[in-house]
Amino acid sequence: MELSYSITTIDGLFVVALSLLLGFEVIKNIPAVLHTPLMSGSNAISGIILIGGVIQLLNTTVESPWTMAAASIAVLLGTINMAGGFFVTHRMLSMFVVKRKPASGPRS
Amino acid sequence: MTMSLVYLASAVGLVQGLKYMGDPTRAKLGNTVAGVSVVVALIAVAWANGNAGTSALSIVLLVGTILIGAVIGKVWSDRVAMTAMPQLVSIFNALGGACAVVLGLNAVYGEGVVNGKFPGVVLILGGIFGGTAFTGSMVAFMKLDGRKLPRPVKAYKHIAQALLLTMSTITVGYLILATGTIPFPTLLLVISITALLYGVFFTLPIGGADMPVLISLLNALTGVATLMAGLLFHDPVMLIGGILVGATGLLLTTQMCTAMNRSLSHVLAGSFRSSRIPTNEVEQDIRSITAVETASLLAFSKQVAVVPGYGMAVAQAQRECFALQEQLRQNGVDLHFIIHPVAGRMPGHMNVLLAEANIPYASVIDMNAVNGKMEYYDAVLVIGANDVVNPSAENDPTSSIYGMPIIRAYKAKQVIVMKRGMAKGYSGVTNTLFDRQNCKVLFGDAKESLEQIITELKRI
Repeated sequence: MELSYSITTIDGLFVVALSLLLGFEVIKNIPAVLHTPLMSGSNAISGIILIGGVIQLLNTTVESPWTMAAASIAVLLGTINMAGGFFVTHRMLSMFVVKRKPASGPRS
Repeated sequence: MTMSLVYLASAVGLVQGLKYMGDPTRAKLGNTVAGVSVVVALIAVAWANGNAGTSALSIVLLVGTILIGAVIGKVWSDRVAMTAMPQLVSIFNALGGACAVVLGLNAVYGEGVVNGKFPGVVLILGGIFGGTAFTGSMVAFMKLDGRKLPRPVKAYKHIAQALLLTMSTITVGYLILATGTIPFPTLLLVISITALLYGVFFTLPIGGADMPVLISLLNALTGVATLMAGLLFHDPVMLIGGILVGATGLLLTTQMCTAMNRSLSHVLAGSFRSSRIPTNEVEQDIRSITAVETASLLAFSKQVAVVPGYGMAVAQAQRECFALQEQLRQNGVDLHFIIHPVAGRMPGHMNVLLAEANIPYASVIDMNAVNGKMEYYDAVLVIGANDVVNPSAENDPTSSIYGMPIIRAYKAKQVIVMKRGMAKGYSGVTNTLFDRQNCKVLFGDAKESLEQIITELKRI
Protein backbone atom coordinates (compact mmCIF):
# COMPACT_ATOMS: atom_id res chain seq x y z
CA MET A 1 0.00 0.00 0.00
CA GLU A 2 2.20 2.85 -1.26
CA LEU A 3 0.10 5.95 -1.56
CA SER A 4 1.17 9.27 -3.01
CA TYR A 5 1.22 11.03 0.35
CA SER A 6 2.96 8.33 2.36
CA ILE A 7 6.60 8.73 3.29
CA THR A 8 9.58 6.41 3.66
CA THR A 9 10.92 5.38 7.03
CA ILE A 10 13.92 7.70 6.81
CA ASP A 11 11.68 10.60 5.78
CA GLY A 12 9.62 9.72 8.82
CA LEU A 13 12.62 9.95 11.13
CA PHE A 14 13.49 13.36 9.63
CA VAL A 15 9.95 14.52 10.36
CA VAL A 16 10.19 13.16 13.92
CA ALA A 17 13.46 14.93 14.69
CA LEU A 18 12.49 18.28 13.20
CA SER A 19 8.91 18.38 14.54
CA LEU A 20 10.17 17.56 18.01
CA LEU A 21 12.36 20.69 18.00
CA LEU A 22 9.54 22.69 16.43
CA GLY A 23 7.00 21.40 18.95
CA PHE A 24 9.03 22.54 21.97
CA GLU A 25 9.62 25.97 20.39
CA VAL A 26 5.94 26.49 19.56
CA ILE A 27 4.60 25.81 23.04
CA LYS A 28 7.55 26.99 25.14
CA ASN A 29 6.05 30.22 26.51
CA ILE A 30 2.43 29.38 27.07
CA PRO A 31 0.86 31.31 29.98
CA ALA A 32 -0.53 29.25 32.87
CA VAL A 33 -4.05 30.51 32.18
CA LEU A 34 -4.07 28.44 28.97
CA HIS A 35 -2.62 25.22 30.38
CA THR A 36 -5.92 23.34 30.64
CA PRO A 37 -7.22 24.29 27.16
CA LEU A 38 -3.78 23.51 25.73
CA MET A 39 -3.86 20.09 27.30
CA SER A 40 -7.38 19.23 26.16
CA GLY A 41 -6.63 20.66 22.70
CA SER A 42 -3.45 18.64 22.29
CA ASN A 43 -5.32 15.64 23.64
CA ALA A 44 -7.81 16.16 20.80
CA ILE A 45 -4.95 16.28 18.28
CA SER A 46 -3.73 12.89 19.49
CA GLY A 47 -7.12 11.57 18.36
CA ILE A 48 -5.69 11.88 14.85
CA ILE A 49 -4.53 8.30 15.44
CA LEU A 50 -7.94 7.39 14.03
CA ILE A 51 -6.41 7.88 10.56
CA GLY A 52 -4.77 4.49 11.10
CA GLY A 53 -8.22 2.99 11.63
CA VAL A 54 -9.52 4.67 8.46
CA ILE A 55 -6.63 3.20 6.42
CA GLN A 56 -7.27 -0.28 7.86
CA LEU A 57 -11.02 -0.07 7.40
CA LEU A 58 -10.90 1.04 3.75
CA ASN A 59 -8.32 -1.57 2.79
CA THR A 60 -10.18 -4.51 4.33
CA THR A 61 -12.55 -6.72 2.40
CA VAL A 62 -15.73 -8.36 3.64
CA GLU A 63 -13.79 -11.66 3.82
CA SER A 64 -12.06 -10.56 7.00
CA PRO A 65 -14.90 -9.42 9.27
CA TRP A 66 -12.77 -9.37 12.45
CA THR A 67 -10.24 -6.97 10.95
CA MET A 68 -13.11 -4.81 9.80
CA ALA A 69 -14.76 -4.85 13.22
CA ALA A 70 -11.51 -4.01 15.01
CA ALA A 71 -10.77 -1.16 12.60
CA SER A 72 -14.28 0.23 13.17
CA ILE A 73 -13.73 0.16 16.93
CA ALA A 74 -10.43 2.00 16.48
CA VAL A 75 -12.15 4.67 14.37
CA LEU A 76 -14.91 5.06 16.95
CA LEU A 77 -12.48 5.41 19.89
CA GLY A 78 -10.29 7.87 17.99
CA THR A 79 -13.27 9.96 16.87
CA ILE A 80 -14.67 10.34 20.40
CA ASN A 81 -11.20 11.39 21.60
CA MET A 82 -10.77 13.91 18.79
CA ALA A 83 -14.25 15.39 18.46
CA GLY A 84 -14.84 15.52 22.22
CA GLY A 85 -11.46 17.14 22.77
CA PHE A 86 -12.00 19.91 20.22
CA PHE A 87 -15.57 20.60 21.37
CA VAL A 88 -14.66 20.82 25.05
CA THR A 89 -11.66 23.03 24.32
CA HIS A 90 -13.90 25.34 22.32
CA ARG A 91 -16.36 25.47 25.21
CA MET A 92 -13.62 26.29 27.68
CA LEU A 93 -12.00 28.98 25.54
CA SER A 94 -15.41 30.62 25.03
CA MET A 95 -15.38 31.37 28.76
CA PHE A 96 -12.13 33.30 28.59
CA VAL A 97 -13.14 36.78 27.58
CA VAL A 98 -9.92 38.68 27.05
CA LYS A 99 -10.31 42.42 27.08
CA ARG A 100 -7.33 43.82 28.91
CA LYS A 101 -3.86 42.57 29.65
CA PRO A 102 -3.66 40.72 32.96
CA ALA A 103 -2.84 42.84 35.99
CA SER A 104 0.79 42.65 36.99
CA GLY A 105 0.09 42.95 40.71
CA PRO A 106 -1.01 45.47 43.30
CA ARG A 107 -0.64 49.21 42.78
CA SER A 108 2.48 50.16 44.67
CA MET B 1 0.08 14.91 -5.95
CA THR B 2 -2.93 17.02 -5.01
CA MET B 3 -3.42 14.78 -2.00
CA SER B 4 0.14 15.38 -0.86
CA LEU B 5 -0.40 19.13 -0.99
CA VAL B 6 -3.64 18.86 0.98
CA TYR B 7 -1.71 16.80 3.50
CA LEU B 8 1.02 19.40 3.70
CA ALA B 9 -1.58 22.11 4.35
CA SER B 10 -3.07 20.00 7.12
CA ALA B 11 0.33 19.52 8.79
CA VAL B 12 1.04 23.27 8.64
CA GLY B 13 -2.43 23.93 10.08
CA LEU B 14 -1.74 21.66 13.06
CA VAL B 15 1.48 23.47 13.99
CA GLN B 16 -0.02 26.93 13.43
CA GLY B 17 -3.16 26.00 15.38
CA LEU B 18 -1.09 24.89 18.35
CA LYS B 19 0.94 28.09 18.15
CA TYR B 20 -2.24 30.19 18.30
CA MET B 21 -3.42 28.15 21.28
CA GLY B 22 -0.60 29.63 23.32
CA ASP B 23 -1.86 33.18 22.84
CA PRO B 24 -4.87 34.19 24.97
CA THR B 25 -6.35 36.42 22.27
CA ARG B 26 -6.12 33.80 19.51
CA ALA B 27 -6.49 30.53 21.42
CA LYS B 28 -10.04 29.93 20.20
CA LEU B 29 -8.99 30.49 16.60
CA GLY B 30 -6.09 28.09 17.17
CA ASN B 31 -8.43 25.35 18.36
CA THR B 32 -10.60 25.81 15.26
CA VAL B 33 -7.57 25.80 12.92
CA ALA B 34 -6.28 22.57 14.48
CA GLY B 35 -9.74 20.98 14.31
CA VAL B 36 -10.24 21.89 10.66
CA SER B 37 -6.73 20.62 9.79
CA VAL B 38 -7.51 17.25 11.32
CA VAL B 39 -10.82 16.96 9.45
CA VAL B 40 -9.09 17.91 6.17
CA ALA B 41 -6.42 15.25 6.75
CA LEU B 42 -9.15 12.73 7.49
CA ILE B 43 -11.00 13.46 4.25
CA ALA B 44 -7.75 13.32 2.27
CA VAL B 45 -6.77 9.97 3.74
CA ALA B 46 -10.23 8.49 3.15
CA TRP B 47 -10.15 9.75 -0.45
CA ALA B 48 -6.69 8.33 -1.10
CA ASN B 49 -7.50 4.92 0.40
CA GLY B 50 -10.90 4.44 -1.21
CA ASN B 51 -10.48 2.29 -4.35
CA ALA B 52 -12.37 -0.16 -6.51
CA GLY B 53 -11.76 -2.91 -3.95
CA THR B 54 -13.26 -0.96 -1.06
CA SER B 55 -16.51 -2.60 -0.02
CA ALA B 56 -19.69 -0.63 0.54
CA LEU B 57 -19.76 -2.03 4.07
CA SER B 58 -16.41 -0.41 4.86
CA ILE B 59 -17.71 2.97 3.77
CA VAL B 60 -20.93 2.58 5.76
CA LEU B 61 -18.94 1.53 8.84
CA LEU B 62 -16.53 4.44 8.41
CA VAL B 63 -19.23 7.10 8.10
CA GLY B 64 -21.30 5.47 10.85
CA THR B 65 -18.52 5.21 13.44
CA ILE B 66 -17.32 8.76 12.77
CA LEU B 67 -20.85 10.15 13.14
CA ILE B 68 -21.52 8.19 16.33
CA GLY B 69 -18.11 9.12 17.74
CA ALA B 70 -18.62 12.82 16.98
CA VAL B 71 -22.06 12.82 18.64
CA ILE B 72 -20.76 11.03 21.76
CA GLY B 73 -17.84 13.47 21.96
CA LYS B 74 -20.13 16.48 21.60
CA VAL B 75 -22.61 15.25 24.22
CA TRP B 76 -19.87 14.46 26.76
CA SER B 77 -18.14 17.78 26.22
CA ASP B 78 -21.42 19.71 26.59
CA ARG B 79 -22.44 17.95 29.77
CA VAL B 80 -19.19 18.04 31.76
CA ALA B 81 -18.96 20.42 34.70
CA MET B 82 -15.78 22.50 34.66
CA THR B 83 -14.77 21.04 38.03
CA ALA B 84 -14.80 17.62 36.33
CA MET B 85 -12.57 18.70 33.43
CA PRO B 86 -9.59 16.57 34.57
CA GLN B 87 -11.84 13.49 34.54
CA LEU B 88 -13.03 14.17 30.98
CA VAL B 89 -9.52 14.79 29.68
CA SER B 90 -8.45 11.50 31.29
CA ILE B 91 -11.30 9.59 29.63
CA PHE B 92 -10.51 11.06 26.20
CA ASN B 93 -6.85 10.27 26.71
CA ALA B 94 -7.74 6.68 27.65
CA LEU B 95 -9.72 6.26 24.42
CA GLY B 96 -6.75 7.50 22.36
CA GLY B 97 -4.50 4.96 24.08
CA ALA B 98 -7.03 2.15 23.54
CA CYS B 99 -7.23 3.11 19.87
CA ALA B 100 -3.44 2.69 19.56
CA VAL B 101 -3.57 -0.79 21.11
CA VAL B 102 -6.43 -1.94 18.84
CA LEU B 103 -4.68 -0.55 15.75
CA GLY B 104 -1.41 -2.33 16.50
CA LEU B 105 -3.00 -5.71 17.19
CA ASN B 106 -5.28 -5.36 14.18
CA ALA B 107 -2.35 -4.55 11.91
CA VAL B 108 -0.59 -7.75 12.97
CA TYR B 109 -3.53 -10.13 13.29
CA GLY B 110 -5.34 -8.77 10.22
CA GLU B 111 -2.62 -8.13 7.66
CA GLY B 112 -0.17 -10.40 9.39
CA VAL B 113 2.97 -9.15 7.68
CA VAL B 114 5.77 -7.48 9.58
CA ASN B 115 8.55 -6.60 7.15
CA GLY B 116 11.73 -6.40 9.16
CA LYS B 117 12.63 -5.31 12.65
CA PHE B 118 11.86 -1.61 12.37
CA PRO B 119 8.06 -2.00 11.98
CA GLY B 120 8.24 -4.69 14.65
CA VAL B 121 9.85 -2.35 17.17
CA VAL B 122 7.41 0.43 16.19
CA LEU B 123 4.49 -1.92 16.86
CA ILE B 124 5.94 -3.03 20.20
CA LEU B 125 6.54 0.55 21.38
CA GLY B 126 3.07 1.57 20.17
CA GLY B 127 1.58 -1.23 22.26
CA ILE B 128 3.61 -0.25 25.34
CA PHE B 129 2.79 3.47 25.20
CA GLY B 130 -0.83 3.02 24.09
CA GLY B 131 -1.59 0.31 26.63
CA THR B 132 -0.03 2.23 29.54
CA ALA B 133 -1.84 5.43 28.55
CA PHE B 134 -5.18 3.57 28.29
CA THR B 135 -5.37 1.86 31.68
CA GLY B 136 -3.31 4.59 33.38
CA SER B 137 -5.82 7.22 32.29
CA MET B 138 -8.75 5.01 33.36
CA VAL B 139 -7.28 4.65 36.87
CA ALA B 140 -6.54 8.41 36.93
CA PHE B 141 -10.17 9.03 35.97
CA MET B 142 -11.44 6.84 38.81
CA LYS B 143 -9.14 8.57 41.31
CA LEU B 144 -10.25 12.03 40.19
CA ASP B 145 -13.88 10.97 40.25
CA GLY B 146 -13.52 9.79 43.84
CA ARG B 147 -14.29 6.15 43.05
CA LYS B 148 -13.26 3.54 45.57
CA LEU B 149 -9.94 2.01 44.59
CA PRO B 150 -7.78 -0.50 46.43
CA ARG B 151 -5.51 1.28 48.89
CA PRO B 152 -2.05 1.86 47.47
CA VAL B 153 0.38 -0.56 49.05
CA LYS B 154 4.11 -0.90 48.58
CA ALA B 155 3.66 -4.11 46.57
CA TYR B 156 2.14 -2.13 43.67
CA LYS B 157 5.43 -0.37 43.10
CA HIS B 158 7.24 -3.70 42.90
CA ILE B 159 4.61 -5.19 40.58
CA ALA B 160 4.93 -2.11 38.33
CA GLN B 161 8.72 -2.45 38.30
CA ALA B 162 8.48 -6.15 37.42
CA LEU B 163 6.06 -5.41 34.56
CA LEU B 164 8.31 -2.64 33.25
CA LEU B 165 11.26 -5.00 33.38
CA THR B 166 9.28 -7.66 31.48
CA MET B 167 8.39 -5.20 28.72
CA SER B 168 11.97 -3.94 28.39
CA THR B 169 13.33 -7.51 28.31
CA ILE B 170 10.92 -8.57 25.56
CA THR B 171 11.71 -5.45 23.51
CA VAL B 172 15.48 -5.86 23.81
CA GLY B 173 15.14 -9.60 23.24
CA TYR B 174 13.21 -8.93 20.05
CA LEU B 175 15.93 -6.57 18.86
CA ILE B 176 18.74 -9.05 19.50
CA LEU B 177 17.23 -12.45 18.78
CA ALA B 178 16.03 -13.78 15.45
CA THR B 179 12.52 -12.62 14.69
CA GLY B 180 11.14 -16.10 14.11
CA THR B 181 11.61 -17.43 17.66
CA ILE B 182 8.14 -16.44 18.86
CA PRO B 183 5.31 -15.69 16.42
CA PHE B 184 5.12 -11.89 16.28
CA PRO B 185 1.34 -11.60 16.86
CA THR B 186 1.68 -13.57 20.13
CA LEU B 187 4.61 -11.40 21.17
CA LEU B 188 2.65 -8.19 20.53
CA LEU B 189 -0.37 -9.58 22.40
CA VAL B 190 1.79 -10.40 25.43
CA ILE B 191 3.43 -6.96 25.33
CA SER B 192 0.08 -5.19 25.04
CA ILE B 193 -1.45 -7.07 27.98
CA THR B 194 1.67 -6.39 30.07
CA ALA B 195 1.41 -2.68 29.20
CA LEU B 196 -2.28 -2.62 30.19
CA LEU B 197 -1.41 -4.10 33.59
CA TYR B 198 1.55 -1.75 33.97
CA GLY B 199 -0.72 1.26 33.42
CA VAL B 200 -2.88 0.18 36.38
CA PHE B 201 -0.06 -0.52 38.84
CA PHE B 202 1.98 2.51 37.83
CA THR B 203 -0.94 4.90 38.37
CA LEU B 204 -2.45 3.46 41.58
CA PRO B 205 0.15 4.81 44.04
CA ILE B 206 0.13 8.36 42.58
CA GLY B 207 -2.43 10.74 44.01
CA GLY B 208 -3.60 14.02 45.44
CA ALA B 209 -1.48 17.02 44.57
CA ASP B 210 0.58 14.96 42.08
CA MET B 211 -2.41 14.58 39.74
CA PRO B 212 -1.41 17.51 37.45
CA VAL B 213 1.93 15.81 36.79
CA LEU B 214 0.31 12.44 36.16
CA ILE B 215 -2.29 13.77 33.71
CA SER B 216 0.35 15.69 31.75
CA LEU B 217 2.53 12.60 31.58
CA LEU B 218 -0.29 10.31 30.40
CA ASN B 219 -1.11 12.90 27.73
CA ALA B 220 2.50 12.73 26.52
CA LEU B 221 2.33 8.90 26.41
CA THR B 222 -0.68 8.98 24.06
CA GLY B 223 1.23 11.43 21.89
CA VAL B 224 4.12 8.98 21.61
CA ALA B 225 1.68 6.15 20.80
CA THR B 226 0.26 8.30 17.98
CA LEU B 227 3.78 9.00 16.77
CA MET B 228 4.45 5.25 16.61
CA ALA B 229 1.25 4.71 14.62
CA GLY B 230 2.42 7.44 12.24
CA LEU B 231 5.68 5.58 11.66
CA LEU B 232 3.77 2.33 11.14
CA PHE B 233 1.35 3.75 8.59
CA HIS B 234 3.96 6.04 6.96
CA ASP B 235 1.63 8.93 7.64
CA PRO B 236 3.26 12.37 8.11
CA VAL B 237 0.22 14.08 9.70
CA MET B 238 -0.10 11.38 12.36
CA LEU B 239 3.63 11.73 13.00
CA ILE B 240 3.52 15.49 13.44
CA GLY B 241 0.33 15.37 15.51
CA GLY B 242 1.81 12.72 17.79
CA ILE B 243 5.03 14.66 18.32
CA LEU B 244 3.23 17.93 19.09
CA VAL B 245 1.11 16.16 21.71
CA GLY B 246 4.14 14.39 23.14
CA ALA B 247 6.08 17.66 23.36
CA THR B 248 3.16 19.50 24.99
CA GLY B 249 2.68 16.74 27.54
CA LEU B 250 6.37 16.55 28.39
CA LEU B 251 6.71 20.32 28.71
CA LEU B 252 3.71 20.57 31.06
CA THR B 253 5.03 17.58 33.04
CA THR B 254 8.37 19.28 33.67
CA GLN B 255 6.70 22.62 34.44
CA MET B 256 4.42 20.99 37.01
CA CYS B 257 7.37 19.18 38.60
CA THR B 258 9.33 22.45 38.81
CA ALA B 259 6.33 24.17 40.41
CA MET B 260 6.38 21.58 43.19
CA ASN B 261 10.17 21.26 43.37
CA ARG B 262 9.71 17.50 42.89
CA SER B 263 11.58 15.34 40.45
CA LEU B 264 9.53 13.20 38.08
CA SER B 265 10.94 10.04 39.64
CA HIS B 266 9.67 11.16 43.07
CA VAL B 267 6.20 11.73 41.69
CA LEU B 268 6.23 8.34 39.94
CA ALA B 269 7.40 6.68 43.14
CA GLY B 270 4.31 8.17 44.78
CA SER B 271 6.11 9.33 47.88
CA PHE B 272 7.25 12.49 49.58
CA ARG B 273 10.79 12.76 50.87
CA SER B 274 10.56 11.78 54.49
CA SER B 275 11.03 14.58 56.95
CA ARG B 276 14.11 14.27 59.14
CA ILE B 277 12.57 15.93 62.18
CA PRO B 278 8.92 15.26 62.90
CA THR B 279 7.55 18.80 63.06
CA ASN B 280 3.97 17.57 63.23
CA GLU B 281 3.70 17.48 67.01
CA VAL B 282 4.28 21.19 67.65
CA GLU B 283 1.42 22.98 69.43
CA GLN B 284 0.16 25.87 67.36
CA ASP B 285 -1.25 29.07 68.74
CA ILE B 286 -4.09 29.88 66.39
CA ARG B 287 -6.00 33.14 66.31
CA SER B 288 -9.45 32.82 64.82
CA ILE B 289 -11.61 35.48 63.22
CA THR B 290 -15.33 35.69 62.47
CA ALA B 291 -16.96 36.38 59.12
CA VAL B 292 -18.23 39.75 60.41
CA GLU B 293 -14.74 40.83 61.46
CA THR B 294 -13.38 39.65 58.11
CA ALA B 295 -15.98 41.72 56.27
CA SER B 296 -15.07 44.93 58.09
CA LEU B 297 -11.37 44.24 57.59
CA LEU B 298 -11.92 43.83 53.85
CA ALA B 299 -14.15 46.90 53.63
CA PHE B 300 -11.36 49.09 55.03
CA SER B 301 -8.73 47.69 52.65
CA LYS B 302 -7.66 48.95 49.25
CA GLN B 303 -5.93 45.93 47.71
CA VAL B 304 -7.13 42.44 48.54
CA ALA B 305 -6.16 39.08 47.06
CA VAL B 306 -7.64 35.60 47.11
CA VAL B 307 -5.39 32.53 46.94
CA PRO B 308 -7.66 29.70 45.76
CA GLY B 309 -6.80 26.01 46.05
CA TYR B 310 -8.49 22.74 45.23
CA GLY B 311 -10.55 23.11 48.41
CA MET B 312 -12.35 26.05 46.78
CA ALA B 313 -13.40 23.82 43.89
CA VAL B 314 -14.55 21.10 46.32
CA ALA B 315 -16.67 23.66 48.20
CA GLN B 316 -18.00 24.94 44.83
CA ALA B 317 -17.25 28.47 45.99
CA GLN B 318 -16.22 29.98 42.62
CA ARG B 319 -19.46 31.95 42.16
CA GLU B 320 -19.21 33.35 45.69
CA CYS B 321 -15.67 34.49 44.82
CA PHE B 322 -17.09 36.39 41.86
CA ALA B 323 -19.86 37.86 44.03
CA LEU B 324 -17.25 38.92 46.59
CA GLN B 325 -15.24 40.65 43.88
CA GLU B 326 -18.34 42.50 42.63
CA GLN B 327 -19.34 43.55 46.14
CA LEU B 328 -15.83 44.72 47.04
CA ARG B 329 -15.72 46.77 43.84
CA GLN B 330 -18.80 48.64 45.07
CA ASN B 331 -16.98 49.22 48.35
CA GLY B 332 -14.03 50.60 46.36
CA VAL B 333 -11.77 47.61 47.02
CA ASP B 334 -9.73 45.92 44.28
CA LEU B 335 -9.68 42.10 44.46
CA HIS B 336 -7.08 39.94 42.70
CA PHE B 337 -6.81 36.16 42.42
CA ILE B 338 -3.32 34.71 42.77
CA ILE B 339 -2.86 31.25 41.27
CA HIS B 340 -0.17 28.69 42.08
CA PRO B 341 0.85 26.62 39.01
CA VAL B 342 -0.18 23.30 40.60
CA ALA B 343 -3.41 24.47 42.26
CA GLY B 344 -6.24 22.15 41.20
CA ARG B 345 -6.09 18.70 39.70
CA MET B 346 -4.68 19.52 36.28
CA PRO B 347 -2.45 22.30 34.90
CA GLY B 348 -4.41 25.57 34.69
CA HIS B 349 -7.51 24.06 36.35
CA MET B 350 -8.08 27.05 38.68
CA ASN B 351 -8.01 29.53 35.79
CA VAL B 352 -10.78 27.61 34.03
CA LEU B 353 -12.93 27.45 37.16
CA LEU B 354 -12.54 31.20 37.78
CA ALA B 355 -13.27 31.99 34.13
CA GLU B 356 -16.45 29.91 34.31
CA ALA B 357 -17.58 32.01 37.29
CA ASN B 358 -17.14 35.14 35.09
CA ILE B 359 -14.16 36.43 37.03
CA PRO B 360 -12.34 38.68 34.55
CA TYR B 361 -9.11 37.31 33.14
CA ALA B 362 -7.46 40.64 33.99
CA SER B 363 -7.79 40.12 37.75
CA VAL B 364 -6.25 36.62 37.73
CA ILE B 365 -2.51 36.76 38.36
CA ASP B 366 0.31 34.21 38.20
CA MET B 367 2.27 33.55 41.36
CA ASN B 368 5.56 34.67 39.82
CA ALA B 369 4.21 38.03 38.66
CA VAL B 370 3.21 39.08 42.15
CA ASN B 371 5.45 37.33 44.67
CA GLY B 372 7.82 40.29 44.96
CA LYS B 373 5.05 42.75 45.84
CA MET B 374 2.94 40.80 48.33
CA GLU B 375 3.46 43.44 51.08
CA TYR B 376 1.25 45.86 49.12
CA TYR B 377 -1.81 43.68 49.76
CA ASP B 378 -3.83 44.87 52.76
CA ALA B 379 -5.38 41.42 53.12
CA VAL B 380 -5.01 38.00 51.54
CA LEU B 381 -7.79 35.41 51.78
CA VAL B 382 -6.58 31.82 51.45
CA ILE B 383 -9.48 29.62 50.31
CA GLY B 384 -8.94 25.88 50.27
CA ALA B 385 -5.18 26.08 49.76
CA ASN B 386 -2.56 24.96 52.28
CA ASP B 387 0.87 23.73 51.18
CA VAL B 388 1.21 26.44 48.51
CA VAL B 389 1.22 29.19 51.18
CA ASN B 390 3.27 27.37 53.84
CA PRO B 391 6.37 29.46 54.74
CA SER B 392 8.17 26.27 55.84
CA ALA B 393 8.85 25.68 52.15
CA GLU B 394 11.13 28.73 52.27
CA ASN B 395 12.65 28.76 55.75
CA ASP B 396 12.65 25.23 57.18
CA PRO B 397 15.23 22.97 55.49
CA THR B 398 13.92 20.01 57.51
CA SER B 399 10.42 20.33 56.07
CA SER B 400 9.45 17.82 53.39
CA ILE B 401 8.12 20.60 51.18
CA TYR B 402 11.29 22.72 51.56
CA GLY B 403 12.24 24.26 48.22
CA MET B 404 8.78 24.25 46.70
CA PRO B 405 7.97 27.71 45.28
CA ILE B 406 5.08 29.20 47.32
CA ILE B 407 2.81 32.21 47.15
CA ARG B 408 4.24 34.57 49.80
CA ALA B 409 0.89 35.26 51.43
CA TYR B 410 2.66 35.70 54.79
CA LYS B 411 4.16 38.98 53.54
CA ALA B 412 0.74 40.61 53.20
CA LYS B 413 -0.42 42.97 55.96
CA GLN B 414 -3.10 40.49 57.05
CA VAL B 415 -3.72 36.85 56.06
CA ILE B 416 -7.06 35.12 56.61
CA VAL B 417 -7.13 31.38 56.03
CA MET B 418 -10.56 29.84 55.45
CA LYS B 419 -10.62 26.29 56.78
CA ARG B 420 -13.08 23.60 57.73
CA GLY B 421 -10.92 22.26 60.56
CA MET B 422 -7.30 21.83 61.51
CA ALA B 423 -6.56 19.08 58.95
CA LYS B 424 -3.12 19.26 57.38
CA GLY B 425 -2.43 19.71 53.68
CA TYR B 426 -1.69 16.97 51.20
CA SER B 427 1.91 16.72 52.33
CA GLY B 428 0.90 16.26 55.98
CA VAL B 429 3.17 19.12 57.03
CA THR B 430 2.27 21.62 59.76
CA ASN B 431 1.53 25.00 58.23
CA THR B 432 3.72 27.52 60.07
CA LEU B 433 1.72 30.32 58.45
CA PHE B 434 -0.77 29.96 61.34
CA ASP B 435 1.96 30.86 63.85
CA ARG B 436 2.51 34.26 62.26
CA GLN B 437 1.22 37.39 63.97
CA ASN B 438 -0.55 38.58 60.81
CA CYS B 439 -2.47 35.33 60.24
CA LYS B 440 -5.99 34.55 61.40
CA VAL B 441 -8.17 31.54 60.68
CA LEU B 442 -11.83 31.74 59.66
CA PHE B 443 -13.34 28.35 60.46
CA GLY B 444 -16.27 26.95 58.49
CA ASP B 445 -17.39 25.96 55.02
CA ALA B 446 -15.75 28.30 52.47
CA LYS B 447 -18.97 28.85 50.54
CA GLU B 448 -21.04 29.73 53.62
CA SER B 449 -18.31 31.96 55.06
CA LEU B 450 -18.07 33.87 51.77
CA GLU B 451 -21.84 34.33 51.72
CA GLN B 452 -21.76 35.74 55.26
CA ILE B 453 -18.92 38.11 54.37
CA ILE B 454 -20.81 39.38 51.32
CA THR B 455 -24.00 39.93 53.36
CA GLU B 456 -21.99 41.90 55.94
CA LEU B 457 -20.24 43.97 53.25
CA LYS B 458 -23.63 45.02 51.88
CA ARG B 459 -24.51 46.50 55.27
CA ILE B 460 -21.31 48.51 55.59
